[in-house]
Amino acid sequence: MSQHLEEEVPLSTTAERKIIVDQAGAAPSKEWVIVTRGVKREYDMGGEIVRALRGVDIAVRRNEYVAIMGPSGSGKSTLMNIIGCLDTPNEGEYWLNGQLVSTMKDDELARVRNKEIGFVFQTFNLLPRATALANVELPLVYAGISSNERRERAMEALEAVQLGERVHHRPNELSGGQRQRVAIARALVNRPSILLADEPTGNLDSKTSEEIMRVFEGLAETGQTVIMVTHEPDIAAHARRVVVLRDGTIESDERREVFTEKLGLTL
Amino acid sequence: MPFLEAVRLALHTIRVQKLKSFFTLLGVMIGVMFLIAVVSIVEGMSDYVENDFAAKIIGVNTFDVRRWPNFNPNEDDEDWRELLRRPRLYETEARLVRETLSADFKTAIVSENFIYANAPGVRPRMVQAIATEAAYFDIKKFNLTQGRAFAPQEVVSGSRVLVIGDEIAKYYFANLDPLGRELRIAGQPYTVIGVIEPQGSVFGFSLDRMAIAPYTSALGRALRPRGDIEYITVQGPTREVLMDGMEAVRAAMRGFRRLTPGRADNFALETSDAALSFFDGIRSKMVLFGTALPGIGLVVGALVIMNIMLVAVAERTREIGIRKALGARRKDIIRQFLIEAATLSVVGAAIGAALGVAMSQTIAALTPLPASVAPWSIVAALIVGAGVGIVAGLYPASRAARLDPIAALRQE
Ligand SMILES: Nc1ncnc2c1ncn2[C@@H]1O[C@H](COP(=O)(O)OP(=O)(O)O)[C@@H](O)[C@H]1O
Ligand SMILES: [Mg+2]
Repeated sequence: MSQHLEEEVPLSTTAERKIIVDQAGAAPSKEWVIVTRGVKREYDMGGEIVRALRGVDIAVRRNEYVAIMGPSGSGKSTLMNIIGCLDTPNEGEYWLNGQLVSTMKDDELARVRNKEIGFVFQTFNLLPRATALANVELPLVYAGISSNERRERAMEALEAVQLGERVHHRPNELSGGQRQRVAIARALVNRPSILLADEPTGNLDSKTSEEIMRVFEGLAETGQTVIMVTHEPDIAAHARRVVVLRDGTIESDERREVFTEKLGLTL
Repeated sequence: MPFLEAVRLALHTIRVQKLKSFFTLLGVMIGVMFLIAVVSIVEGMSDYVENDFAAKIIGVNTFDVRRWPNFNPNEDDEDWRELLRRPRLYETEARLVRETLSADFKTAIVSENFIYANAPGVRPRMVQAIATEAAYFDIKKFNLTQGRAFAPQEVVSGSRVLVIGDEIAKYYFANLDPLGRELRIAGQPYTVIGVIEPQGSVFGFSLDRMAIAPYTSALGRALRPRGDIEYITVQGPTREVLMDGMEAVRAAMRGFRRLTPGRADNFALETSDAALSFFDGIRSKMVLFGTALPGIGLVVGALVIMNIMLVAVAERTREIGIRKALGARRKDIIRQFLIEAATLSVVGAAIGAALGVAMSQTIAALTPLPASVAPWSIVAALIVGAGVGIVAGLYPASRAARLDPIAALRQE
């Protein structure tokens, strides 16, 4: 493993190199929310092996705001699914908050998703027949929280995204931006360690995208760890750190300033 | 997934898709409807047979001494030949029975049959002609609305006096006072001296068509041309005393007929239990037949619900993916779909139960079959409904629970 790290993986800091390489196999210390070590994910497509991730090493500290960039098919969603505990790697370690997720079974993964992860999807993924409030309550339902507390916390979460007035609306009665804010409220209601967003602005116009990015910005400022997948450089430029994937490996992992300068983007 | 939310979701689905839900639940509805109807009729019949029928036809704490049993469910040719070889029953044996028993017992000789009776200006009709003794009225607890029963001396003298049922009085003597009027039975005239209060009917047979005269009168000879009697009815003060009395009568009869030990009785001693066990036989056949039909309905109902749940799982794959992404475990998903299937099915069962109650009331109203809806049968129907739903939902629910969340989320 150390061999391929030296060859092809540019890590942004030595601290990260240390936690990933030198302490391989050991649980990372508290400050690291996410540590992946040589994560591989392959799909068997009827004999033909698709190598979606070919050994990914990432370490993310608490309170970081990271964007994962890369062309279509580079493995962004696959990595997201593994980080989000919807999937497990074929090879490699994945540590989330000190727990080794890569060897967990279905129901354990479900519990970890419920407690540690908040998902925001490109297509919102709200339950169409449920009100905004009911949608936001869902993670609390599976956390086994009483209905009074559920309601209270879901209301708070919706108010935090300025939707206090729309709690009884169904998704089809809300605009795209409002739907995505419901999804954000739902992702945050169970106080997850990380907020994961896969192309959160992919279905939104640029004005609404900016609005959603401001919400993310605000969350990052309050100390929420955020990992966001996007293929748009100007969206990625909102994050403080940008990881670029190509063909299932990390091509670059840099501070925002380095990334934007390289692309000639102005902030 | 909280229980109530899953139930509400299922009810919502039913409301928005009324027609589809109706067809989905048709099997369960029909199954439960027939189940309730059959159980009601069987229950009604049992109630009836136990409380009314046995008492009305045979009498309370009563046994009959007969040549052969009246209620004889399974007789074959061999049995028949044995029965026909038995000696007839005569008055002397009635006297023997009376002497054997203590004064606590009441006894009466009875012969009966349906024969034509006529009165001037009225079309002849069958009546239930009964030739008996004065104690018969007492044993049967007949109250008279008019006139009187016949007295022991009238039996001794063989008077042609007649006590008639309410229906007979109304039919032959409409708008007339029947007392003192003449009714001809088998060509012989009898004078009406009393009318019995209405007795109702059993299984559609009226009990108010009786015409009762002393067995010593011409009616006795008309009913038993060979001079024998049909049976002796015996009533004891309590069941225990009655049973002792019955054994005493058996011993006396066997002695009188010189039956050596080891030979079977060549007469029948029949209590109301015989009638009850006869009807128990009918009842178990009815239950068997009556549950087969609803059983088929429920199986079909379960298959349809299973199919509809599989469709629901397919349609809601994305919803399942979302729930899993948010932390639903397999058992949460299974629970949700089982509750949904059970709710659907229970709604069907509830509608079926309501229809079943209506059906049994209609049957009770339109036919002589009695029907009484037992509350437990409705509870049982709802439990059966829930059970059918859960069984039908198991496979679709486990399929839903096994879905891969990523694939499920990708579904359109
Ligand atoms: N379930 C799957 N089965 C087979 N191949 C898959 C599956 N998911 C992803 N892939 C393949 O893995 C590679 C990476 O896909 P993905 O992670 O979705 O990329 P991105 O999100 O960056 O567009 C692609 O070549 C894709 O075709
Ligand atoms: Mg993708």
